[in-house]
Amino acid sequence: MDLRFTEEEKAFRQEVRAFFHTALPANIRRKMEEGRSLAKEDIVTWQRILNAKGWAVPAWPKEYGGTGWSPMKQYIFLDEMQQAPAPQPLQFGVNMVGPVIYTFGSEAQKQRFLPRIRNLDDWWCQGFSEPGAGSDLAALKTSAKRDGDHYVVNGQKTWTTLAQYADWIFCLVRTDPAAKKQEGISFLLIDMKSPGITVRPIQTFDGGREINEVFFDDVRVPVENLVGQENKGWDYAKFLLGNERVGIARVGVSKQRIRRIRELAALETDGGRPLIENPRFREKLAAVEVELKALEMTQLRVVAAEGKRERGKPDPASSILKLKGSEIQQATTELLLEVIGPYALPYQPEPEEGWNEPPIGPDYAGPIAPLYFNWRKTSIYGGSNEIQKNIIAKAILGL
Amino acid sequence: MDFDLSEEQQLLKDSIERLLAAHYDFEARKRYAATPEGFSREMWARYAELGLLGLPFEEKYGGFGGGPVETMIVMEAFGQALVLEPYLATVVLSGGLVQRGADEALKADVLPRIAEGRLFLAFAHAERQARYDLANVAATARKDGSAWVVSGEKSLVLHGDSADRLIVSARTAGGPRDRGGIGLFLVDARAPGVLRRGYRTQDGLRAAEVALQDVRVEPQGVIGDPEGGLPLIERAVETAIAALCAEAVGAMGAMHAQTVEYLKTRKQFGVPIGSFQTLQHRAVDMFVALEQARSMAMFAAMMAQEDDAAERARAVSAAKVQIGRSGKFVGQQAIQLHGGVGMTMELKVGHYFKRVTMIDLMFGDADHHLSKLAEAGGLIAA
Ligand SMILES: Cc1cc2nc3c(=O)[nH]c(=O)nc-3n(C[C@H](O)[C@H](O)[C@H](O)COP(=O)(O)OP(=O)(O)OC[C@H]3O[C@@H](n4cnc5c(N)ncnc54)[C@H](O)[C@@H]3O)c2cc1C
Repeated sequence: MDLRFTEEEKAFRQEVRAFFHTALPANIRRKMEEGRSLAKEDIVTWQRILNAKGWAVPAWPKEYGGTGWSPMKQYIFLDEMQQAPAPQPLQFGVNMVGPVIYTFGSEAQKQRFLPRIRNLDDWWCQGFSEPGAGSDLAALKTSAKRDGDHYVVNGQKTWTTLAQYADWIFCLVRTDPAAKKQEGISFLLIDMKSPGITVRPIQTFDGGREINEVFFDDVRVPVENLVGQENKGWDYAKFLLGNERVGIARVGVSKQRIRRIRELAALETDGGRPLIENPRFREKLAAVEVELKALEMTQLRVVAAEGKRERGKPDPASSILKLKGSEIQQATTELLLEVIGPYALPYQPEPEEGWNEPPIGPDYAGPIAPLYFNWRKTSIYGGSNEIQKNIIAKAILGL
Repeated sequence: MDFDLSEEQQLLKDSIERLLAAHYDFEARKRYAATPEGFSREMWARYAELGLLGLPFEEKYGGFGGGPVETMIVMEAFGQALVLEPYLATVVLSGGLVQRGADEALKADVLPRIAEGRLFLAFAHAERQARYDLANVAATARKDGSAWVVSGEKSLVLHGDSADRLIVSARTAGGPRDRGGIGLFLVDARAPGVLRRGYRTQDGLRAAEVALQDVRVEPQGVIGDPEGGLPLIERAVETAIAALCAEAVGAMGAMHAQTVEYLKTRKQFGVPIGSFQTLQHRAVDMFVALEQARSMAMFAAMMAQEDDAAERARAVSAAKVQIGRSGKFVGQQAIQLHGGVGMTMELKVGHYFKRVTMIDLMFGDADHHLSKLAEAGGLIAA
């Protein structure tokens, strides 16, 4: 056992850090630091910068544009990117549908979609959840019936993140209503411009506009857009969700948030002294840092073991990463809220919402309460924390 | 000891709940919130009719001589309905300051008009640098003949944008954090030199930033001792905290009830999610947090009448700690147990969560009051 990074890994960290330092546009960095929501162009711009450098999809096999880095290097890359802080590449393409396509898709699908995912020419969204199928995803009802060389899709997806920007949606659909619920599901790629698709926005209670309902009314999808085999979609979905959980720990994001908390707590005064000097506050912050370090070490253990695992088989320990990762992220937003204290009160929406007034109180306060509210989602999506615990109980503890 | 409401108190509770059931569903609230003032003047008139606006005032000023228990009853019902009207700002805070601090003439001028629903007041006290320190006042009042001239910047003034008059705290002597040397001045909100910038708050209510430049206040407009206003302010804020505790309990109770209802109706894996034991236990933890909060809201109401200032302050701090912690837990879990739908603007639960979050951050959050309590020697006498 040697828990130190190798010289090569250290040098690599310096290299990616230097790159992020110069390549990340200042306005995007600012929005990230302040916890503001990003515009579509911000995410596209950043993805294209990464792609030009050849770093768009480090985890993919080399033949599809991957870097061939070891899992440890990939982790270092992600950690530095999150701390920069740079936008996370759009998960739905890079971490979800991309790996499904190169693992289970046809040659034609690989040719057609993978380069466009790397460059974010296609914006993908994830059509899994339905009103009646959340934690019990296999209960999904959206149907796809074969009609010549097309499927005809009917039904509804919901909570679809950023579907308002999407060119494509990957969907779980029911192709065999008679089969056992996990066995009649297929994985379809659907062009969002297809006639019969309607997107209806859902506002989150913090005021954000990131989720949607997507309705399918006799949407015709060419059979060539089926991934892998008909009725094997559940296997591909499990593969995809395993990938999702690793990204979700966001250790680097929390590190950056903790720096931000320290910075802002030095600016706020409490009883005539900087808040950061308040021992109760400092201890609370330190306690979160301890949790985060433990999570980082756990993450590194998972990463180190990854090289030795069968490809595509996620570690059940990745549920720990999702669970603790979301709790720690939420704890950092609570501390941010505590730092600005009374100045959480004014509702100061983003300029896109038509609010262009000078800030009320400190100029960093505006996005913080919405961030705290919005981050409650991280223990709900990607398999809720209760579901993660069920997985750990079953898969690790054998209960 | 008697935890039961008297007949009159029960009547009060029933009539408020009836009024709100008839006029304050979630859709109505959205409509009221969307108006420029962010609340309903019609509802305000109805509160006046019911006698709520004069509830804590003496009868000779058109009031009902109610105490903190009556205020608790009103505020809990308001919390359940997520009421937007400036009851805290006008009746509890400002009315409280006038009732305890003002002279006969001013009381006779102001209180009946509040009670009739014809006068809106706001308490312009907080300042940018003050955080939760009530003595941190930099705005100034200087003497000019028998009058005072007030200048400074006030922040986060609850319902300051719709108020007819503002009660402004300003320094008449001493340094920026001294306990002595703070006075309270009643200012016409439309007087020359008063600049207001109103805005919506996270919980859908309203507040304002207020700048005052050389605003003249005649001696009749001074509330209490111009150099000794802080105890008055502390008392009013303690009463307001007790009221907010009750409001938070109303909001928590509603969130909890809605969550339990959801556990019974939402099905996943072919069964109501309330059949999962982990969610049952979570709902129980929420219930325990709610009942602990309710107990402390009652404690705060009782102790708001206590004459010993130190004892009163400790009790109110203790209640605020419990409310802050319970509110956070109940709110977060209410969202969590609703899953995706809990994150939406369309569901009421998120709005309750925002309100209890803001209540925690008003007049000192749970940690602030915990420190205050610890420094004051705790609650259990040696
Ligand atoms: C902001 C946001 C973005 C999202 N983006 C997407 C997206 O892009 N695409 C997509 O397909 N989906 C998306 N989702 C959906 C998300 O994956 C679901 O919300 C999640 O799976 C939970 O499902 P549900 O909302 O139906 O809640 P439910 O499954 O109804 O759960 C309600 C509560 O019951 C609990 N529960 C359920 N079953 C059990 C059990 N067996 N044991 C114990 N507790 C249980 C849950 O943990 C939760 O607390 C998003 C959700 C959110 C909030």
